[in-house]
Amino acid sequence: MTTTDIRTEILDILSDIAPDEDLTKLNDEENFRAQMELDSMDFLDIVMELRKRHRVQIPEDDYVHLASMNSTVKYLEPLMKDM
Amino acid sequence: MIGLPPFTQRIVITGIGLTSPNGNSLAEYRAALLAGVSGVRPYNIRYVGDTLAGVCNFDEHRHQSKKDRRRGTRAGSISIYCAREAVLDSGLDWENIDRSRVGVYLGVTEHGNVETENEINEIKGYDYDTSVWSHHHNPRTVANNPAGEITLNMGITGPHYTIGAACAAGNAGLIQGTQMLRLGECDLAICGGVSESIHTFGIFAGFASQGALATHEDPTKASRPFDKNRNGIVVSEGGCLYILERYEDACRRGAKIYGEIAGYAMNSDASDFVLPNPTEQARCVQMALDKARLEPNDIGIVSTHATATGAGDIQECTALRNVFADSPDVLVNNTKSFIGHAMGAAGALELAGNLPAFTDGVAHATINVDDLDPDCALPGLVLNQPRDGQAITSILNNSFGMLGINSTLIVTKV
Repeated sequence: MTTTDIRTEILDILSDIAPDEDLTKLNDEENFRAQMELDSMDFLDIVMELRKRHRVQIPEDDYVHLASMNSTVKYLEPLMKDM
Repeated sequence: MIGLPPFTQRIVITGIGLTSPNGNSLAEYRAALLAGVSGVRPYNIRYVGDTLAGVCNFDEHRHQSKKDRRRGTRAGSISIYCAREAVLDSGLDWENIDRSRVGVYLGVTEHGNVETENEINEIKGYDYDTSVWSHHHNPRTVANNPAGEITLNMGITGPHYTIGAACAAGNAGLIQGTQMLRLGECDLAICGGVSESIHTFGIFAGFASQGALATHEDPTKASRPFDKNRNGIVVSEGGCLYILERYEDACRRGAKIYGEIAGYAMNSDASDFVLPNPTEQARCVQMALDKARLEPNDIGIVSTHATATGAGDIQECTALRNVFADSPDVLVNNTKSFIGHAMGAAGALELAGNLPAFTDGVAHATINVDDLDPDCALPGLVLNQPRDGQAITSILNNSFGMLGINSTLIVTKV
């Protein structure tokens, strides 16, 4: 997957997790939590969806990388580049 | 009637919020009951396939965000809708209510089966890899979930819990609310019963294995309590929650009062897992009458529990025949003939559909009785057509359940 594909996939997951949010104005550099109402269970949803959809296993210590769109895509790039 | 309890012990109904397979407000529901409109329709559920059910079509997002609905349960969503609608109906100034003094007491037949079945179905697609089992599973399946979702949605910090009481649960929720108000544990009770049971295949499969799942070519005719050709239960979802207050609080704010909780009783058969026991059912009815200080002749309408199983219908009629032997004019009806068996919501919904009789003087019917079972031929049965021109001042509501749990609630006109 390209970085664009990964970003699209994350957006799709976010739209499922936070269906009331307008994601068209999402700032990729800013933390998700500063822009959306997300709690720890929502972040676990992101992890779970990546596991279900792509069999990507994210260790708990790496959850910090899922802070913003840019940091998430950067973290996932090596894990998903061959998908 | 000998006398009324002290003011602080008098508990009244001041708000009703409901969703039923044939209506999403008391007005819609009552109109459907008087017009003979069924809420039973064709339904399909995994493994069981095509069957029948009572399905609710309330707007889930009227009082709940999409995100919260996704995170929660159908029972939670039903509960939130009913609780919010009950508060709106009550005319309470909700924004200025001390929400630490609000108690939430919800009767449920079961909870968690739907969510567990869904998760097992989900991991089946991943070769039963439990690492994809949802982290939402536990908060969705804890037994207090439906009541807890109400508190989260409405900012209530008073007590909340569910009362597991099989199909007696709707009455049990109301009884719990009454008791907590009398004990001073809360100043306002949101209580009644809810059910999401049509979303678990297990309840359909279980009743089918028991030979107790209704079938009929016309879904609206499938639920037929008291009919000789009945063939079982129609499973339904739904909810009905009440606002209960102390009588003096309701009077102080000039609230509309639907009725007073005059008496109630719960007991146990201690005789069989599923077969009801008319002796203990009769004792439950009599205890409720005693508590209300009413005689059988004082009752205007008996709202029966009958589910359209041979054993259940006849046993309840036997119990009622014993208690009301000298009261042939007491009217008897049944709501499941319209909406099927709403399980945890059944007792609460069945009471609500009858309460308008205090003001309009109409007893709604028991529909779908084409060939009355002689063992169920109670003299006051309101068959197929509503009966108007009645001076109804008290309603006795029966709700019984598996493991021999019995409940009777009596509401009187204020």
